[in-house]
Amino acid sequence: MKMVRGLLGMIALSWMAVATAQVQDIPGGPAVDQLNVTPGVTPISQEIHELHWMILIVCTIIFIGVFGTMLYSIVKHRKSKGYKAAKFDENLSIELTWTVIPFLIIVGMAIPASRTVVAMKDTTGADLTIKATGYQWKWGYEYLDGPATGVHFLSNLSTPQDQIDGKAPKSNTYLLEVDRPLVVPVDKKVRVVLTASDVIHSWMVPDFGVKQDAVPGYLRDTWFRAEKVGTYRGQCAELCGKNHAYMPIVVEVKSAEDYAKWVKDQKAAMAAATEDPNKTWSKDELFAKGKEVFAANCVACHQANGQGIPGTFPALNGDKKFVLAPMKEQILTELNGHPGTAMAAFRDQLNDVQLAAVITYTRNAWDNAGKGPDPVVQPSDVKALR
Amino acid sequence: MSSVTADHIPPSVGHDDHAHDHVPTGWRRWVFATNHKDIGTMYLIFSFCMLLEGGTLALLLRTELFEPGIQFFQPELFNQFTTMHGLIMIFGAIMPAFVGFANWMIPLQIGASDMAFARMNNFSFWLLPVGAILLTASFFVPGGANASGWTMYAPLSLQMGPGMDFAIFAVHILGASSIMGAINIIVTILNMRAPGMTLMKMPMFCWSWLVTAYLLLAVMPVLAAAVTMLLTDRHFGTHFFNAAGGGDPVLYQHVFWFFGHPEVYIMILPAFGIVSQIIPTFARKRLFGYASMVYAICAIAILSFLVWAHHMFTTGMPVTAQLFFMYGTMLISIPTGVKVFNWTATMWRGSMTFETPMLWAIGFIFVFTIGGFTGLVLAIAPIDIQAQDTYYVVAHFHYVLVAGSLFALFGAAYYWLPKWCGHMYDEKLGKLHFWSSMISFNVAFFPMHFLGLAGMPRRYADYAAQFTTFHQVATIGAFWFGLSQLIFIYVVVKAVRSTGPTVAASPWESAEGLEWTVPSPAPHHTFVTPPQYEG
Repeated sequence: MKMVRGLLGMIALSWMAVATAQVQDIPGGPAVDQLNVTPGVTPISQEIHELHWMILIVCTIIFIGVFGTMLYSIVKHRKSKGYKAAKFDENLSIELTWTVIPFLIIVGMAIPASRTVVAMKDTTGADLTIKATGYQWKWGYEYLDGPATGVHFLSNLSTPQDQIDGKAPKSNTYLLEVDRPLVVPVDKKVRVVLTASDVIHSWMVPDFGVKQDAVPGYLRDTWFRAEKVGTYRGQCAELCGKNHAYMPIVVEVKSAEDYAKWVKDQKAAMAAATEDPNKTWSKDELFAKGKEVFAANCVACHQANGQGIPGTFPALNGDKKFVLAPMKEQILTELNGHPGTAMAAFRDQLNDVQLAAVITYTRNAWDNAGKGPDPVVQPSDVKALR
Repeated sequence: MSSVTADHIPPSVGHDDHAHDHVPTGWRRWVFATNHKDIGTMYLIFSFCMLLEGGTLALLLRTELFEPGIQFFQPELFNQFTTMHGLIMIFGAIMPAFVGFANWMIPLQIGASDMAFARMNNFSFWLLPVGAILLTASFFVPGGANASGWTMYAPLSLQMGPGMDFAIFAVHILGASSIMGAINIIVTILNMRAPGMTLMKMPMFCWSWLVTAYLLLAVMPVLAAAVTMLLTDRHFGTHFFNAAGGGDPVLYQHVFWFFGHPEVYIMILPAFGIVSQIIPTFARKRLFGYASMVYAICAIAILSFLVWAHHMFTTGMPVTAQLFFMYGTMLISIPTGVKVFNWTATMWRGSMTFETPMLWAIGFIFVFTIGGFTGLVLAIAPIDIQAQDTYYVVAHFHYVLVAGSLFALFGAAYYWLPKWCGHMYDEKLGKLHFWSSMISFNVAFFPMHFLGLAGMPRRYADYAAQFTTFHQVATIGAFWFGLSQLIFIYVVVKAVRSTGPTVAASPWESAEGLEWTVPSPAPHHTFVTPPQYEG
């Protein structure tokens, strides 16, 4: 018996050790079993943290007062102890007191809160403006001013599907990691202008005290001034469909020198990657490139096997309406989306080469090879219909 | 009103016990029911079935959330579960349950023979199963059920399949049912009170329902408008919520929450009324500050129309709007606080006993107050920026809707069950039901505050591993809470089927009100001649 108990204790202990060894706090993201709102690294997030403590303390004092009184009453004023009920059922002065005092407490809370609201909403005088666009299901960033003007990229979840499906062990930054983080300089007022291309998303980074909805067709803005170099993580905070949980936000805050270096690298990479839309590509080149584009943009709905999700997202494998049909309708659908469905307009997300590549890929992948007309679509074909 | 009441209780036989004790039998009694007690019973059974359906969906959610990663349900199905859990619980369980109590108790409490519009009462009940079938059936149409959340925000809801149209029509139907119920309650309370019962002598449950019914009348049409605009955007080419056509997605949120915030009080005011009935009975002392309780309910109802945009602090409002809605929301805590203080003062120097209804009522005050405080935290716009759309909000509204509304409903069920069926419930099991629910509720929902503060967004099928412990605790609590409700079924069935001696007209030592003057079980027809109220 003793041995069994000892064995069980050993197993429990080692299980706990394994569990805690695997998952660690993420600096700039959630800590393991974190209890309170983060103080964060911006003046606003620190004010929020203090406001929360203040209100929590005031509420706790009132709570203890009320329920202390009630508990005393429950213990003392019970029939089983022979307590006889009193007769009073109103008292104007006491009723006025507990209306006026809470009012004063609320005024006391509202004053510091109002100050923070005014500071939070003041997006003027920014050192750098970045446009963030919410897509189903990724974020796009574009630098609107400063040395990095014109730099733009998409930021996709980088957690492999195998980790989500439990076929591979989960990394410590599971679901909080992206292929290309947003990069900003430290100690600068960064204004983020937000919009969305399909449905409402919400850009949240707890360590900045920032959460702002991105509304399709409208611009909204928010700001932060990160005071510490580091990597900060957040997630989409407005239900945006199937992969709502899979479009995190990662922001790297860099020192002025590192930021300048990053900008230089980006500019050089962009110049090198400029593709000539008039060049004629071979089928294999397009297919290989299209496979990458498909994996980054299409796979969430249409699935890696091209089968889609029956009833929700249509299959591309064997699709006679667009894929195994003349190219025009498919190009137009890719450019303009399909209204009333989750099929997004990729006009502004992908260039002609990428669109031609992904269309060519769908026409030759899975069981589609050799079945429909126009097996190869060139960037010039896309350009003509844009 | 005489023509309505005369409809089924001819005045000429008003005093002839044999004529009106006739109870219709078989299926006709229920399908063609016009008796407020029968209709009330059907409402309560219906809402409990919906509670089980919505609860099962919640347990499916908690099953998937036991571990990070996707184990049981793909995200698109998970989103359907969250959406339908919300719609079914709100429109199928909580709201109809309160209407069920209103049907049973309002005529008994004001000394009326029945509800004012007996046939409309029948219609408003029988719309409910239609709505419930539409909601449930939507899981089986192509694309599955509505997966855009119970709030159905555009433009996400415009992307949904036919399941969304099912949800829209279900909301229309359930809304129509609520409006009819509200009209019935208002007319009954205003016209059919016993002689001597002035408005300011009315039981608090009736007062809370009178105010609630006006809220329903005011906002259910707004919800109907919002979902109709969704419907025309989906199928008839309008662009209410499409910026490209001159619309605005955020307009939907304004319209929805103009309904949605009063809706919160629609689901809590009758609970206040119930607690205000139970506490004085078991404290053997009159309700403290009756008048201020009435004013507090009215104040909450009026303020509820002025705070809707606190659900939208992150949509990007001008600074003045954010301040206005923050102040307005904070003000609501004052009348709410008055109610909690008055209940405490009612208990103070009473002569208390702690039967099951009293436990639920005190439990209600305890957990509802926690939900009230987190509401105050969320009212502070800067804190809301961190907590909006996280599990903190989930914890908050479950503290007020489960621990608030549902706990009060259970308290009411135990309080009035002896009046309905004539038998006392099993006190031991009732108390077990309370303690089991109370503890498991907190195990399930308290950790969600931590998750939310740590930044865990809501409506996520999958989460970062750092959040695992609290999700696991919540799942364990949720299953425990769900299973605890089976005790309730057993207790009720046992009391209803009991063949033992019936209880006295007033099974509680110190209960006040006309409902305790009629025999237990309450006969099919009561107060055929209005009683003289002396209270």
